[in-house]
Amino acid sequence: MSGVTVFGLCAAAAVGLGLYGLITNPQPLRKIIAFNLLGSGVFLLFGVIGRRGAAAGMGNDPVPQALVITGVVVAFSATALAIALVLRLFQTTGSTTLSNAAPSGTGSNPSGD
Amino acid sequence: MSIATIFEIVLAAVVLGLGIWTIVVRETYSATVGFVAYGLLVALIWVRLDAIDVALTEAAIGGGLGGVLLLGAAAQLRDSEPAVTDAAGNAVRVCAAILSALTAATLAGAVLVLPDPAPTLAPAAVSNAWATSLANPVTNVLMAFRAMDTMLEKVVLLLAIIGVWSLAPDSAWGGHPGPRHQADPHGVLVFLARLLPPIGIVVGIYVLWTGANHPGGAFQGGAILAAMWLLAIMAGLADTPPVSSRRLRLILVAGPGLFLVVGIAGLLFGSAFLSYPPAQAKPLILAIEVAMILTIAATLGLLLAGAPERRTGQ
Repeated sequence: MSGVTVFGLCAAAAVGLGLYGLITNPQPLRKIIAFNLLGSGVFLLFGVIGRRGAAAGMGNDPVPQALVITGVVVAFSATALAIALVLRLFQTTGSTTLSNAAPSGTGSNPSGD
Repeated sequence: MSIATIFEIVLAAVVLGLGIWTIVVRETYSATVGFVAYGLLVALIWVRLDAIDVALTEAAIGGGLGGVLLLGAAAQLRDSEPAVTDAAGNAVRVCAAILSALTAATLAGAVLVLPDPAPTLAPAAVSNAWATSLANPVTNVLMAFRAMDTMLEKVVLLLAIIGVWSLAPDSAWGGHPGPRHQADPHGVLVFLARLLPPIGIVVGIYVLWTGANHPGGAFQGGAILAAMWLLAIMAGLADTPPVSSRRLRLILVAGPGLFLVVGIAGLLFGSAFLSYPPAQAKPLILAIEVAMILTIAATLGLLLAGAPERRTGQ
């Protein structure tokens, strides 16, 4: 098995781990971290596919590389926005729970979900 | 393809171990620290994949600035560790585990049966490099062949900063983002904040300039400049500008604005939107990159600073 394949399997596992964390972790900040882990796995898959497309003196296909660079910056700005939302939620309600059965009761939605 | 070296297997195992740690560890702060370490090691994987440009971006933005962002949020939310146990039930956990394992297995299977020889656009990118007279194919793709993506990404940065600012309480609108930092004027932080920025600014500009022919570019350089700015802010040597500042807003729209102007000029005088005449391609790309690095540095710094919190003079 080549090194590229090892990294490819690692990337696939990172996507799975991120998905699991995104679903099961109740805290928003943990969900954000898990989502970033998922995204990082997807970026790595791009890198693995680009590495296999090494040609013309390039060690890695430049097109997926450029897409990943754009993706990393977009992921960072989305993360910053998500964190700003969580911090604002914490400021206004004093808690970061996403559950409707929150004990604080401030502005709780009586209609359920 | 060669056989995997011990180094590559160990690197992949450690990265995976850190990934598991960030998901299963109980304390959010520990998970954040694990994720920062994960981001830095992933940059090493990018080096092994021969994608130095991505490795620089991942280390600077994914590991560095992203790490500061997550650690800051985790520190602020430390005392909000869940009072209620709204953890997922066992049934949900099992279903999530099955779904995640299936997803990972499908992707792993796809990695194992990728076509051989692999499709690649590298020869096309290299053989068309004459059109821009830049020698770094990644910069060529970013700034010329797929310039549309890069321009729209600048718009995404702008939308993100508008989104963050719009979370300000009414009383703080137009004020300074983030708290006013104070640090011991004789401490290590202030010393480093005086020592490092001159070097960091030179390195940031060098990374931008060398991006034409070697790994580097406006993203990586902009992240370094943003880090230097943040260092000065955190040491209390500088303050974040008020979000109502006209000069700041001009810098924030400079990158996408100039990109759009050049793009429309290409539509009017050239063959298509964002088409550069080959003779002027390099100066045009350089001008856009200079505007972009200012926008990127300012936006990344302000995204980390967060929503406006204080009125001027507070």
